[in-house]
Amino acid sequence: MKALGLILIPLAGALAALAWPSDRTRPWLLPAAGACHALLALALLAFPPPVAPGAWMGYDPLARAVLPAVSLLFLACSVYAVAYLGLHERRKNRGFVAGLLLLLGLISLAHQALHLGLLWIAVETATLCTVPLIHFNGTARAFEATWKYLLVGGTGIALSLFGSFCMGYASLHGGGAGDLTFAALAAQAHLLSHPWVAGAWVLLLVGYGTKMGLAPMHTWKPDAYGEAPGIVGALLAGGMTTTAFVALLRVRQVVDAAGGAGLTSRSLLLMGLFSMLVAALFLLGTRDFKRMLAYSSVEHMGILSVGAALGGAGVAAALFHVWNNSLTKGALFLSAGNIRRAAGARTVDEVGGMSLVTPVSARIFVVGMLAVTACPPFGPFFSELRILRATWAGGHVAGAAFFLTFLFLAFLGMSRLVFAIVDGRPRPAARATGPRFRETAGTLVPPLVLLGLSLGLGLAAPAALQQAWAAAAQTLFPAP
Amino acid sequence: MSGASNLLVGLAMGLNLLALASGRLPSIIRIAAAQGMVLGSLPLLLEGEFRWLTVLVAAGTIAVKGVVIPGLLQRALRAANIDREVEPLLGYIPSLLLGAGATIGAVVLAGMLPLLPEHAGSLLVPGSFATVVSGLLLLMGRAKAISQVCGYLILENGIYLFGLLLIRTMPLVVEAGVLLDLTVAVFVIGIIVDRIQREFDTLDTRKLTVLRE
Repeated sequence: MKALGLILIPLAGALAALAWPSDRTRPWLLPAAGACHALLALALLAFPPPVAPGAWMGYDPLARAVLPAVSLLFLACSVYAVAYLGLHERRKNRGFVAGLLLLLGLISLAHQALHLGLLWIAVETATLCTVPLIHFNGTARAFEATWKYLLVGGTGIALSLFGSFCMGYASLHGGGAGDLTFAALAAQAHLLSHPWVAGAWVLLLVGYGTKMGLAPMHTWKPDAYGEAPGIVGALLAGGMTTTAFVALLRVRQVVDAAGGAGLTSRSLLLMGLFSMLVAALFLLGTRDFKRMLAYSSVEHMGILSVGAALGGAGVAAALFHVWNNSLTKGALFLSAGNIRRAAGARTVDEVGGMSLVTPVSARIFVVGMLAVTACPPFGPFFSELRILRATWAGGHVAGAAFFLTFLFLAFLGMSRLVFAIVDGRPRPAARATGPRFRETAGTLVPPLVLLGLSLGLGLAAPAALQQAWAAAAQTLFPAP
Repeated sequence: MSGASNLLVGLAMGLNLLALASGRLPSIIRIAAAQGMVLGSLPLLLEGEFRWLTVLVAAGTIAVKGVVIPGLLQRALRAANIDREVEPLLGYIPSLLLGAGATIGAVVLAGMLPLLPEHAGSLLVPGSFATVVSGLLLLMGRAKAISQVCGYLILENGIYLFGLLLIRTMPLVVEAGVLLDLTVAVFVIGIIVDRIQREFDTLDTRKLTVLRE
């Protein structure tokens, strides 16, 4: 019952935001609901509630291993949002605040959904409620990004429903009585019809892969991340994508049990490496630092997919990487938002010398870049090392070599862009807009805290977390 | 599985090809609406006995797929005052050939997949596959926003068609939630179309090219 609170708290917050009369004080609902949510998520991480057998939703080991990361990211973003919305005082924020809270509620639901249909409904509604968030800035470019997000994302979500139906038919064909919970499907696995399960996996991989942003279905990502406000970008990259990843892990469990383990691991490994390659190439070419973050997100989704392809040890490492990705990417998106506002532009051709205009944000951005490209002692280094080790142990020598090469290329691409923006002399545009957007505690503390957490995970990941990751990997891939 | 339901599914498959060959926006909208109505009435034929719930689902589907959404699209079309040409990225003849190929492929594929005995003679599975592929072809092969939305509608119709196989055994909650979600999805797309039109004057997605590498 307590786990239900993780969904109800943000939903109640969203309703309160809709009813709240004042645009000026409404944003404070975000940190209030965010703090309650984070406290509850962490408390339930320490004291796991029991999950009733046959339940449609529950705080099971996988939800426990992922949801608190999103919750912490949301809390940081919500504190930032108060300062951010304070800068845009004249803009109405009722829909924006309610939409953010609704998104948190639906992500919590998607992580806890233990039923194929319920999972789909949660991901679908979460997709819809991010639409107004992406075009919050209301520019022509934001409309373009929203259109592409909806069209590509909508098609992906439609295909994942088709995949869910195929899985349903596989169960029906095997004599199932219509119970679509993952536990029931896995228990019935040996009876499931193989061709339908394989078809379902392909459709669900394409569908949820689109939501995750795996190449080649990643085309919506640079546009949406580039045009959405920094907070929304952070929540999409660190929250929405994790729901799709969790969905794929849950589906994979069923497909593996039905004898499709070879198919799932091969397809995940291939798509993961392909995403890393595509991301690395675009990172070497792009000139826009917000789009750079999108390609970096594609890269990290590729890393997660590679990890998920490798069985128990790989999945535990991938869950560790989910935390690192959410926290580090959050710090990057929020500091990039500060830099973009002060610079008034987003490409290396128009932005330079930001270490003089926004000194603290520029430093966070550089350190965040180093963290996300896996420099020790930040968390991503250790999770990627574990994934690399699992790749090696799994006998994928060529895979490990590609993995390292793509990581190196991505590092080259990102460092090139980040230092071009931070170093040098400020451009005239930034001299004009910079003083209007001074750095304040509200816009600096959240990314700093996120970066600190990423460092903390690298230095000493708490035992409770390690256990949660191991437990989730154990339930997904019971050791023989 | 009666002959009447197969007739309706066959009709829907024919409408796919018509949509692929059609060169004017109003007729594509009408085709998508007609397909929605045809599919909406299917549950009535599939259910042997009379049940209020089935009637309700059918009525809701017909209202949404056949009336409300096409109405919204027609309104967007009038408001935008745009050229009625479809402007295909993929020519009519190639789209039609691909669509016909997909229809044949769907029948062959459905013949190879293991089906429950009660679904063996039915056109539901091939009809669903063919409709999904046609929807995707329209989605990718047409330049204008409204024709893309119609493609999305037809894609959804195909998925709905497949869902009918499961309507008896899978909990109705899933079905209802699905209907609601799909409705809202297209509704929101409609709103977006509205906004895009105000922003760009035409509904040509080829002009949406500021954002690229």
